[in-house]
Amino acid sequence: MSSQTTKLKVDPRDGKLAMAHFYVAFIALTLGGLMGLLQTLVRSGKFELPWGIDYYQILTVHGVLMGLVLTTFFIMGFQYAAISRTAGTHSPAARRIGWIGFWVMTVGTIMAATMVLLKEASVLYTFYAPLKAHWIFYLGMTFVVIGSWLDGAAQIMTYARWRRENPGKPSPLLSFMAIINTVMWIVASLGVAATVLFQLLPWSLGLVDTVDVLVSRTLFWYFGHPLVYFWLLPAYMCWYAIIPKIIGGKIFSDSLARLSFILFLLFSIPVGFHHQLTEPGIDPAWKFLQVILTFMVIIPSLMTAFSLFATFERFGRSKGATGLFGWFKVLPWKDARFTVPFIGMASFIPAGAGGIINASNQMNQVVHNTIWVTGHFHLTAATSVVLTFFGITFWLVPHLTGRVLTKAMNKLAIIQGWVWFIGMAFMSGAMHFQGLLGGPRRSAYSTYGDSAQAMEWIPYQIAQAVGGSILFLGIILMIIIFVNLAFFAPKGEEEFPVGEAENLDEKAPMIFENWKLWLGITAALILFAYTIPFIDMIQNAPPGSPGFKTWGSW
Amino acid sequence: MHMHKFEKIWLIFGIGALVVFLSVVGVSAFYLGNKPPSCLTTIDPEKVDTQAPFDKPGLNKVEGKEWDYELVYVASAFSYNPTEVEVPLGAKVKVMATTKDVIHGFQVAGTNINMMLEPGYINEIVTTFDKEGEYLVVCNEYCGTGHHLMSSKIKVVK
Repeated sequence: MSSQTTKLKVDPRDGKLAMAHFYVAFIALTLGGLMGLLQTLVRSGKFELPWGIDYYQILTVHGVLMGLVLTTFFIMGFQYAAISRTAGTHSPAARRIGWIGFWVMTVGTIMAATMVLLKEASVLYTFYAPLKAHWIFYLGMTFVVIGSWLDGAAQIMTYARWRRENPGKPSPLLSFMAIINTVMWIVASLGVAATVLFQLLPWSLGLVDTVDVLVSRTLFWYFGHPLVYFWLLPAYMCWYAIIPKIIGGKIFSDSLARLSFILFLLFSIPVGFHHQLTEPGIDPAWKFLQVILTFMVIIPSLMTAFSLFATFERFGRSKGATGLFGWFKVLPWKDARFTVPFIGMASFIPAGAGGIINASNQMNQVVHNTIWVTGHFHLTAATSVVLTFFGITFWLVPHLTGRVLTKAMNKLAIIQGWVWFIGMAFMSGAMHFQGLLGGPRRSAYSTYGDSAQAMEWIPYQIAQAVGGSILFLGIILMIIIFVNLAFFAPKGEEEFPVGEAENLDEKAPMIFENWKLWLGITAALILFAYTIPFIDMIQNAPPGSPGFKTWGSW
Repeated sequence: MHMHKFEKIWLIFGIGALVVFLSVVGVSAFYLGNKPPSCLTTIDPEKVDTQAPFDKPGLNKVEGKEWDYELVYVASAFSYNPTEVEVPLGAKVKVMATTKDVIHGFQVAGTNINMMLEPGYINEIVTTFDKEGEYLVVCNEYCGTGHHLMSSKIKVVK
């Protein structure tokens, strides 16, 4: 193997760019978390926002910061570092592109945030037309997407160099996984780029009068579902390829890990209709077809669950654990790098089950746009994914800043994980129950004219405020840990753990690196799932919609 | 590429469960008529008030159709027309709705009636109101400052 692949430390020049991403991500977490807290307090009915701030304005800030900024910046920083660690230090050219990407994303974020603060864009992070925001908001969003493509290009360049230098060899697992996620992101974000560039920007600039609402929504959800897998796959990278090393075990199977990532690439994109199941204008047969494709993505998730628990059990038995579940006790529960992502992993069991319910065609009517859905993605994104990102932060930030995770910080980190779990159990649990009773999502406090049904929802909203407050405490703890690891922890060497496969003789089949093949199948599946319904939408389109600004100004 | 025997069993069980889930959902949707609301009819969002059936919002008795009544709603920021309606218990009703401005939701809390209203499209669902009581209709898609005030009432009476 070349020296690059065995290099144990991320080059400080690459570390600096990764850290730049993390600073933005954690600022987003702080502000977005505060907005989340305020939302739950408002909806409890016990608190009103001061100074004319609008509930939907802070809801927009929360969604944009948590769903788009925190995630995209963290993921790009993490993947950039993971590729530098496993495929070798990035070239100056790749690093320069990475920096340009970072600044384009940051400028885009500031543009969009400014418009939201000015009440020119209270359109939530899904910005459904014909709600019309200021054009600078849409342009800012475009910059975030284009910046992320540049960030992705830097990663692809370094991966391509490794492949050139190591012909006939499968690429390092973490690099391979990061590239799958980057490729999926680029293919998916073409959809949102198309609606913003060709529909929303010209329309908000006044160049065209109307917009085709259904086409815009369809392009958004072509992007919106792979978006959630873009958040999830870096967590899977940690679970598959990093956690085994942290606990002292082995990766169950390198090849099966790659296969599951390829299945995610293929089946994450042609499935957006399952977010549009109760919509007019789309034939139910096409909806059902995409429901079937959605369910395909459960297969790699089942593979992942099997691999992880196989790793845990084999590690436990190697430590002498006996009985059916004896291995569970010997796992390193006192190590935050394991325990916090494990809480995330365990949360994915109910979270995934809820997801199957949401995607089940007509069953979606029971929960669609109720606060059940909010409860669902606060388990998937805001627990499974975010706790795993925190677990990565505990070693990656000190690794990059030349510091160490001290015993005290490790302890605080474990407390943080459990605080998060308890807060989320209250908040997400109450959201799920309220949703089943029909309580809507994305709504300020309302008794709906003292309707008996709405009054039943209010105790759940109070429980959400309790959970939201506990979660905000968790965010404060996380910020303390992050600031400590970035600026104050003692100097030293913190390991960047990279797992090894149990069976080193079994080489991953080279077909996994055949991008023409996988991109070809990805494109074929997308064309299959979308071409005919999309043509139908355009051919049978109603008159377009003018823009509306249905929210107040300052 | 080697796959452990237990993993094969696990995946066969998992995929088998998926096939069962999808078959149940598919049979229910396409043979028992429980397809999600997917009306394909379009309408000019600026002429909603003058077009049938939206020129007469409310409960209208119909003859010679599979349902006894049509319950017609026009949504606009931030209200539904009608704001209150009485439906006889046990009536088979086709609920039809559209929006004059932005996207709205239409959910009757405590029932399976839940559909998106998008400008330019009519959406509809056929249902039987077989439980007495007062039902809250809420907008469950963000539509602006007054989104959480947008509601209507369905009273199912004997």
